[in-house]
Amino acid sequence: MQPSLRHRIPWAALMFLAAACVPWLGSRFYTFLATDIAILALFAVSLNLLLGYTGLVSFGHAAYFGIGAYTCAILMKTYGVPFALALIAGTANAAAWALLFGAFCVRSTKIYFSMLTLAFAQIVWAVCFKWNSVTGGEQGFSNIPYPSMDWMDALPLLDGLRSGDKFYLIVLVLTGLAFVLLQRVVGSPFGRVLTAIRENPERAEFVGINVRRYQLAAFVMAGAFAGFAGALFGIFNRGVFPDFAYWAKSAEVLIMVILGGMGHFWGPAVGAAVLIVLNQQITAYTLYWPFILGSILIVLLFVFPGGIVGTLSAGIARVRGRRDA
Amino acid sequence: MSLSFLLAQSVSGLTAAMFLFIVASGLSLIFGVLRVLNFAHGSFYMLGAYAAWQIAQWIGTFTGSFWLAVIGSAIAVALLGGVIERLLLRHLYGREDLYQLLFTYALVLILGDVARVLWGTQQLSVPRPSGLSGSFEIFGTVIPHYNLFIIALGPALAIACWLLLSRTGTGRMIRAAAYDREMLAALGADVGKLYTLMFMAGSFLAGLGGALVTPVRSIVPGMDVDIIVEAFIVVVIGGLGSFWGTFLGALIFGQVLAFGILILPGFSIFAVFALMALVLVVRPSGLLGRPVKG
Amino acid sequence: MLEVYKIRKSFNGFTAVDGVSLAVPARGITAVIGPNGAGKSTLFNLVTGHLRADGGSVALEGRDITTSVPHAICRMGVGRSFQHTNIFRKLTVFENVQAALIAHGGQARNFWGRAEGLYRDETMALLSSLGLAGQANAVGGELSHGVQKQLELGIALASDPKLLLLDEPTAGMSASETREAIRLLERVVAERQLTLLFTEHDMDVVFSIAQKIAVLHQGKLITEGTPAEVRANPEVRRVYLGG
Repeated sequence: MQPSLRHRIPWAALMFLAAACVPWLGSRFYTFLATDIAILALFAVSLNLLLGYTGLVSFGHAAYFGIGAYTCAILMKTYGVPFALALIAGTANAAAWALLFGAFCVRSTKIYFSMLTLAFAQIVWAVCFKWNSVTGGEQGFSNIPYPSMDWMDALPLLDGLRSGDKFYLIVLVLTGLAFVLLQRVVGSPFGRVLTAIRENPERAEFVGINVRRYQLAAFVMAGAFAGFAGALFGIFNRGVFPDFAYWAKSAEVLIMVILGGMGHFWGPAVGAAVLIVLNQQITAYTLYWPFILGSILIVLLFVFPGGIVGTLSAGIARVRGRRDA
Repeated sequence: MSLSFLLAQSVSGLTAAMFLFIVASGLSLIFGVLRVLNFAHGSFYMLGAYAAWQIAQWIGTFTGSFWLAVIGSAIAVALLGGVIERLLLRHLYGREDLYQLLFTYALVLILGDVARVLWGTQQLSVPRPSGLSGSFEIFGTVIPHYNLFIIALGPALAIACWLLLSRTGTGRMIRAAAYDREMLAALGADVGKLYTLMFMAGSFLAGLGGALVTPVRSIVPGMDVDIIVEAFIVVVIGGLGSFWGTFLGALIFGQVLAFGILILPGFSIFAVFALMALVLVVRPSGLLGRPVKG
Repeated sequence: MLEVYKIRKSFNGFTAVDGVSLAVPARGITAVIGPNGAGKSTLFNLVTGHLRADGGSVALEGRDITTSVPHAICRMGVGRSFQHTNIFRKLTVFENVQAALIAHGGQARNFWGRAEGLYRDETMALLSSLGLAGQANAVGGELSHGVQKQLELGIALASDPKLLLLDEPTAGMSASETREAIRLLERVVAERQLTLLFTEHDMDVVFSIAQKIAVLHQGKLITEGTPAEVRANPEVRRVYLGG
């Protein structure tokens, strides 16, 4: 009886409501941090669709984040396209490239899959880095305008909020919708098929599943959501840079997933939040953030391979088991 | 386009290729036997460079001091590799590839900062060894003796390694392991010892490459990440785990980098990644590699 | 039902299957036997599309499937198990069978519905017919070897095959488990009117249920016929007794 009660608490909705209150705390910094977390959490959860659910280790997920960011930013700044359209275009473009690259990637397995995703991502990075006339090259592409948010003044409570706060609320709603979509996908029959593929591609093939096609579908979806996150991030960051697509970025998002735990839907989001907050706290004291991050990663790999959420839920299960016994 | 320009480009391409070969052959060796894609290989290369500088500082300059520093640093890096393999990496063998990849990436982060703490962020350099400090001119192109030495060292090292791999018992075991892991246990090999040995040998090559590069390139933070990306490309093009493939991959990489600039500025960097992707799509086992089991 | 004609496959110069022809009659139980390395598993993998034949052909109910891919062959009504037990290890027993039902029922493209509870009745019915209903919520990979084999049979049956290929269905089982597994298999084959083709090292099992036996040796078919014919064949005796 009690577990079912506990199960019914809508944690995600409560978190969403709590997050929606952040602008009224009055601190620019908190709003900044919360926006960063919301976007990167979506990026990490999108990767987990591949990593945790389909069993595909992509080492180039940043490519689609970068494509989404650049597409949206260039359309908005260079061509004056409205935000909503640019956001859709960024997402669609990321999905299209994920379809093209993914079609090749899913033909390889294991380490070769990872290497190929890495190679394609580096191609994207090289293009961003060198195509000066369009992407701004090494200097990146800055001064991206905020979308027009005047309409929000007409809404109750929102009148007089700073632009950063308004944009945060837009991000929160959009990423919230994306999370709902992703959770729906993961819990669908399609999602069950992806898990079957993760567990055993050979067996999945011989219950009649065209494994490569489903892997590709997952790859495109993950790419689309990464592109969506990237597009939002470019505007939030007021600039897009080649780093967005660099392999170190792909590694960073992988670490978020592992840190939070890839066995749980919200694991990667928790990982993103913890990593961002830690980064903010630690870089205030020391320059050697990479050292700390590397050490955390090693402890994680050796001691807590299930990540934060995996370890916590195993702990809770053990406590509950003892109480029931 | 003058002959002198072409010559200069191909010599610089060839020199870069041989440096890369020395480093990448270690990466390929480790992958071939341990099936671990070692991101930290670039960090070992960087440590090799810093260690060579450090040893040169300690021992001062005399005839042969450069070579002492080079060998000393390669051995130091090999020992570090051995310790890391024994104490940490070993425990991850049974786990998924992802954990091993992230472990080696964690090493990249940690070792990068360790180098920053120990040697700062300033550019460091080591003078060329006295015997090879000269240069000569051909068709109007100046070619330093040291570059020639590297161009000769690459193939020499390749042949030496190849003889070691094909003519000795351990070598044959290593080659067998590269193609079929199960065979290793069947051969009655002490797998644990072989893995440590191979990881040390691979690290030795990384350290050697890093130490040898010091007279031509300055030692800076970030050289670890630059080289690992290049080394990955080389081993993928040639074939993961394939020794001569790595050699060929390095040659191709060096020339594409040197001549790609002629086609379009900024093209080379794009071209090498495109080449890597193309090879992975068309022939995932690389130009000279054989498909691997398990 | 299934016609294999002069099929060939070699790996790096080693010929694993060398021009084997075999007809599997519908609604019968056919066994393929032979010493280790005779090419039994390779033959299975050729039939189910996991390996591409170097020569020869495979036809299922008159349709050529020589170059078809595994999932297509499965959709044409072929189910199989693998020599090394092949289940979805981290999924529950229920989810293992349910996943196969989702694929078979054309629900795999549905990314908006709820997987939870889908095909609950069908899944439970299939599990009870295999005696696995009590373990529906157990994690597949934590079951005993024998139960995993039963589960794999369940996964194969979920796609409602006409032809079932089982690679060593009793491998690694104790004598009593083997007896039970065979009884179950016979019942399932009769109930569902299946065509069964299986490999097996346990000769008691083979001779007790097979109606037709094909003997492979070093990649070649040395004889086929009824159990009595095969038992009497001098070459079979020579191969098995090593004489």
